[in-house]
Amino acid sequence: MRYSLFSVLGQALRGQKDWKPQWRDAVPRTEYDVVIIGGGGHGLATAYYLAKEHGITNVAVLEKNVIGSGNVGRNTTIIRSNYGLPGNIPFYEHSMKLWEGLEQDINYNAMVSQRGVLNLFHSDGQRDAYARRGNAMRLAGIDAELLDREQVRQMVPFIDFDNARFPVKGGLVQRRGGTVRHDAVAWGYARAADERGVDIVQNCAVTGIARENGRVVGVETSRGFIRAKKIGISVAGSSSLLASMVDMRLPIESHVLQAFVSEGLKPLIDCVMTFGAGHFYVSQSDKGGLVFGGDIDGYNSYAQRGNLATIEDVMEGGMALWPGLGRVRLLRHWGGIMDMSMDGSPIIDRTDIGGLYLNAGWCYGGFKATPAAGFCFAHTIARDEPHPVSAAYRLDRFATGHLIDEKGMGAQPNLH
Amino acid sequence: MRIRCPHCGERDNGEFSYLGDATVVRPDGMNASAEAMHDYVYLRDNPAGLHRELWYHGAGCRSWLVVTRDTRTHEIRDVSSARDVALARHTGDAA
Amino acid sequence: MTTMTLRRSDADIAAETPERSQAYRVARGGLVDRRKLLDFSFDGTSYKGFQGDTLASALLANGVHLVGRSFKYHRPRGILSAGSEEPNAIVELRSGARREPNTRATVAELYAGLEANSQNRWPSLAFDALGINALAAPIFAAGFYYKTFMWPASFWEKLYEPMIRRAAGLGRAANAPDPDTYDRMHAHCDVLVIGGGPAGLSAALTAGRAGARVILVDEDFKLGGCLLAENQWIGSQAGVEWAAAALDELISLPEVRILTRTTLFGVYDHGSYGAVERVSDHLPVPGAHAPRQRLWRITAKRAVLAAGAIERPHVFGGNDRPGVMLAGAVRAYINRYGVLPGHKIAVVTSSDDGWRTVTDVLAAGGQIAAVIDTRRSVPHELRRAAESAGATVVTDGYVAGTRGHLRLKAIEVVDSYGSAQTIACDCLAMANGWNPIVHLDSHLSRKPVWNEDIHAFVPAAMPQGMVAAGAAAGRFTLAECLATGAEAAADAAQHCGFERKLYPVPGTEPESTGYTPLWRSPRIKGKAFVDFQNDVAASDVELAHREGFRAVEHLKRYTTLGMATDQGKTSNLAGLSIMAELTGQAIPSVGTTVFRPPFTPVALGALAGHHRGKDFRATRHVPSHAWCEENGAVFVETGLWLRPAYFPRAGEKDWLESVNREVNTVRSKVGICDVTTLGKIDIQGRDALAYLEKFTANPFGSLPVGKARYAILLREDGIVLDDGTIARLGENHYVMTASTANAAKVMQHMEFCRQWLWPEFDVQIASISEQWAQYAVAGPKARDTLRGVVDPEFDISNEAFPFLASANITVGGGIPARLFRISFSGELAYEIAVPAAYGDALWRAIMQSGTPHGITPYGSEALSVMRIEKGHAAGAEINGMTTAADIGLGGMLAKKKDYIGRLMKDRPGLTEPDRPTLVGVRPVDRSKRLRAGAHIIALDATPSLEADQGFLSSVAYSPSNGHWIGIGFISRGPQRIGEHVRAYDPVRGEDFEVEICSAVFVDPEGSKMHV
Repeated sequence: MRYSLFSVLGQALRGQKDWKPQWRDAVPRTEYDVVIIGGGGHGLATAYYLAKEHGITNVAVLEKNVIGSGNVGRNTTIIRSNYGLPGNIPFYEHSMKLWEGLEQDINYNAMVSQRGVLNLFHSDGQRDAYARRGNAMRLAGIDAELLDREQVRQMVPFIDFDNARFPVKGGLVQRRGGTVRHDAVAWGYARAADERGVDIVQNCAVTGIARENGRVVGVETSRGFIRAKKIGISVAGSSSLLASMVDMRLPIESHVLQAFVSEGLKPLIDCVMTFGAGHFYVSQSDKGGLVFGGDIDGYNSYAQRGNLATIEDVMEGGMALWPGLGRVRLLRHWGGIMDMSMDGSPIIDRTDIGGLYLNAGWCYGGFKATPAAGFCFAHTIARDEPHPVSAAYRLDRFATGHLIDEKGMGAQPNLH
Repeated sequence: MRIRCPHCGERDNGEFSYLGDATVVRPDGMNASAEAMHDYVYLRDNPAGLHRELWYHGAGCRSWLVVTRDTRTHEIRDVSSARDVALARHTGDAA
Repeated sequence: MTTMTLRRSDADIAAETPERSQAYRVARGGLVDRRKLLDFSFDGTSYKGFQGDTLASALLANGVHLVGRSFKYHRPRGILSAGSEEPNAIVELRSGARREPNTRATVAELYAGLEANSQNRWPSLAFDALGINALAAPIFAAGFYYKTFMWPASFWEKLYEPMIRRAAGLGRAANAPDPDTYDRMHAHCDVLVIGGGPAGLSAALTAGRAGARVILVDEDFKLGGCLLAENQWIGSQAGVEWAAAALDELISLPEVRILTRTTLFGVYDHGSYGAVERVSDHLPVPGAHAPRQRLWRITAKRAVLAAGAIERPHVFGGNDRPGVMLAGAVRAYINRYGVLPGHKIAVVTSSDDGWRTVTDVLAAGGQIAAVIDTRRSVPHELRRAAESAGATVVTDGYVAGTRGHLRLKAIEVVDSYGSAQTIACDCLAMANGWNPIVHLDSHLSRKPVWNEDIHAFVPAAMPQGMVAAGAAAGRFTLAECLATGAEAAADAAQHCGFERKLYPVPGTEPESTGYTPLWRSPRIKGKAFVDFQNDVAASDVELAHREGFRAVEHLKRYTTLGMATDQGKTSNLAGLSIMAELTGQAIPSVGTTVFRPPFTPVALGALAGHHRGKDFRATRHVPSHAWCEENGAVFVETGLWLRPAYFPRAGEKDWLESVNREVNTVRSKVGICDVTTLGKIDIQGRDALAYLEKFTANPFGSLPVGKARYAILLREDGIVLDDGTIARLGENHYVMTASTANAAKVMQHMEFCRQWLWPEFDVQIASISEQWAQYAVAGPKARDTLRGVVDPEFDISNEAFPFLASANITVGGGIPARLFRISFSGELAYEIAVPAAYGDALWRAIMQSGTPHGITPYGSEALSVMRIEKGHAAGAEINGMTTAADIGLGGMLAKKKDYIGRLMKDRPGLTEPDRPTLVGVRPVDRSKRLRAGAHIIALDATPSLEADQGFLSSVAYSPSNGHWIGIGFISRGPQRIGEHVRAYDPVRGEDFEVEICSAVFVDPEGSKMHV
């Protein structure tokens, strides 16, 4: 049933009885043209765009748990395309454009909310670095504004401009940035892919990748062997584990990133705000919770939880910037597993094994990339060549030195 | 998380900073190949399970440590002085 | 359909104006202090309560059940529980900057003058305009918003979302700087006991008597747990008395620390726990110098989880009506607070302990309207007692719905024959069994396991030193609580090296704790809520099932079940059980929710502690700070450092004029600048040189004693890490400087190389950044100035101490010092270092010595101007993305030695001829101001990413040139000297013509440094 005000009203009168499962809980068939490993946002989007853009519908998405149970459901929901390097800019802007038309495209309200992303700066050096980035965005036709202190004050009058240890001197804002209801992205893509014939197979863990003559031929799974002509790995957080099944080592470490939400509150802040002198960023969800986070804990982890030192660090940043948060209560904190790559940028590429494709290394920026990652990964799988906007995300760039290191931190994943 | 520094005793992980995989070995000397160096600098096993990793006790004795830790549970099996481990490895290489 | 109506009946209005005289307080009994009468207000109405009340018990004493409105439908809500699991009774406490939204009335201690207000209602609690949402409830089913609000697209942000945001959220944050302070404590113990009920007290006594260091934490302000709420005997003592005696003994044990009003909110790795103590929340304002709350970071070798259990509501129509409560809570209000929550109380029970409510109500002089036991067989004597008190007893029946609006008026009961009857009552006590509090256990990612005997999840086997006891382990009788608490603690103490000793457990009355839960009533009249606070009804769970959201994580996320401020403490299992029924699975097959910390919400202020405002991070002062402050310096934050930026003089109209004067004075006379912020590293040992050769990218082998050399450090990936100076002070003694920003990173890297890469080198490294004050003295008169402080036996003439010389010297009559002839400004310059304690004195001495020569202090601004005039790369150029070749230093790299970064720097991507390379830039119209961050594009280019040729990294007004200058990275820049391009800076509205030039704007021959 198509989703609309009319269907919702109609069902209200009929006791909501006619709704069907939003996607089929498919039983895996024995063979597919393409198997996507990973039913997160990226995997589901890839399946959707394979069907929509390339007419490839004999596709299965295999998810070891239930769809959307990885990072697409544990992030802080921010979207933005405020990158500074040419390898990144066109890709993230492509993603932003897809966000802007997403709901009408997939007939699912993911609550794309372009409320603005504001990065605060606290020194002349930071201002100039933001100017450089903002100018790069403007060169690419992306909106970016450098705000002075008074303009920042108009947006977020409640932060501590004067007494803070690091006074706020201004900010870089991308007004088209914002937030999206994260779970809805997974569900919406799942429903749209399902409608186009994609099989979404849950509780199906991949345990091996079968090869013949240097090409993949299928996957071993907890639900039996499934033949596949092409296989796309899209399992951020666990990419190394999948890669090890074909004896590949990746330029990736898995790290824990914690995220936080407060109790529900009446509207306080109307944008996404990032502290430039500490590890803290914050926005407010439509339900009223302040959603915030900071830096990764900094050690390899698959545990989906972190430790107190980082929690304190994030709250200290929060209170330093916004002293009105003191009596706001933390409701819940959790951790996600990040594919931290060696230059802080992702990989969307073929591998040396025929028919095997890799979408990985998203660090903590994968959510905003969901539409474009799916779009470009689908392109790479269908055409066997990169999409122009993701052409820089090559797996061999570490060998060739074509690094995309926005933060300049080098080959140390926990610093990106 | 608590790490038992061999010199300082058990301390909160906030005193330490993390570098990463301790199993990769730097190709040393003028004969090292760029390919081997690339593997050393960039490629990681990144296991879900026991991981030998380098930590630095920056807010303590400034020792580099090799910690053996389970990345699924954070359980720590062993903490050794990195220098001792490195010396033993070099001795092993020579023998 | 809901029975709710917006028409207000007389009874509703009566319910709004309850008796003001604690009419529901029973004549005697309870643990409140009746001599201490406290005034408080709720929604502007004044009431009275007693010391020892919570806000909830005091409201109930005054007959107030209606305390809030629900999240989505704005339904009237009352008080469900008597503890921290409360989903409904959440209020705004206090006012002004101290306003605390979403505060659970059931745990807010009453104090004189307490001010509370209901939330999420307008214009008033009794008449809430958005109550109309309840009429639209058929539309507002779970997830309806995913299906609509999509057309037209632009309306989402303009109309729908603002509307939703205003309606969503519950309380209003003060959003003013928090006037209170927060404290942080670290504590270590052998045995941590979580919970001060019978199991916890028994555990603490056992471990404490064994001599172990014990910390006992309880979220309540009074120890005793369920003993405070129930009429139970331990040995010859009432439970309350036993708890008091236990407390006395614990206080007498020297190694036992008792933390009440303290919530253990999180379990972290390796025996780390987070707890928050509400030091002053029971007071109108914190006392002098007292914090509002204190964060405890507890490290424990062993922990006993004795956190108790939470009672489960029944799911039936209108189960959210004010007056519908948990049975244990009804008993707590009677026994602990001396409050009867109703005149006519009905009980619906699926457990034996529900019948205790009947006993306690009758004992307190209350009236029992009815007892509905959902089970077939009921203990005969209980039934007779209830019936003889005039109660209707229904077995094998259930409650289908309720009546009333702002307060419960009647329940609709269905008996075993399926016939319905309406029974009038103003309070309904629900007893549907208990869920052990497994939350803390699951913080370490362990999933609790289903125990079919008690129809509940219990903690899994727990590694990391934690063991559950008492009700938290599903051992519900008092005898089991006492015994399992003692056993767990005895084991824990033994693990910590103490004698395992068990003391006789006092006798308790026989108890029957059997129950057979009724997960939801077979027939439901009206909306039956599963999650009260988030307004998730049983029908929403059905809808989730219908739409395929059947896994527990999907159920939770689609319906928002368990995601409100109570985190589903009273609702998660109900939701699971309904889904299990719908899918025909057993409950544990549906799944378990992973409980995340914190156990109850924690104020952000408590987690941040005192790290706020100016104390967010430490402030580091340079040794000359006092002098600079005395002399009116303007300071700037540089990392943790506060550095003098410039020194304005009277009559100077802006910073630029001051900086220009400082630069001109240095270039024409002499200036002094505090460069102590540089990292300073001492390197000694037989293999120091061999070590440095591998560590640095340029050659050092030929550096003689008494000389210094510029050093380039690469990362292993071939990118420049930092630059600095290395001086050889002795045969095997070097000192090195690193940039301010990278000081710690370089030090760590050096230790890494020494300990891990090349452990066989005989070399030692020490950071001496804190130990030495260091000043740059620069300008033509620098030597003359220094002669006034350097002891005369040291010849610092150009011949004896030429450019790049370095030496150990003395100043001021024997004070050890180090002198380096290095220059960042391009002038004749020195850096002089003394032990930090002499820093202030040396600065003053140099100022005095330089006064005849016209010395000026100069700050970081002038320092930066002069280095840009000389084209020296600094942080904006050594930004972690540039190679040595990019910053024009490729030629310095060693060819014949192995060093960090040697191989990776040669990768094709890092050696492409088109890479932007450091050059100078000046405006063609010399009056134009350059801006760092501007990009470079060709004169005729259409701005686009493809047209981008580089950017300006650093700019300055050069007084030496009389116009703005810049350095930056331009593709093939050094081959394009003289070419005109555009500095494109749309974020600041600038776009003008500039000329590519040499990056050295002053003294290109470098002759001034050598004089």
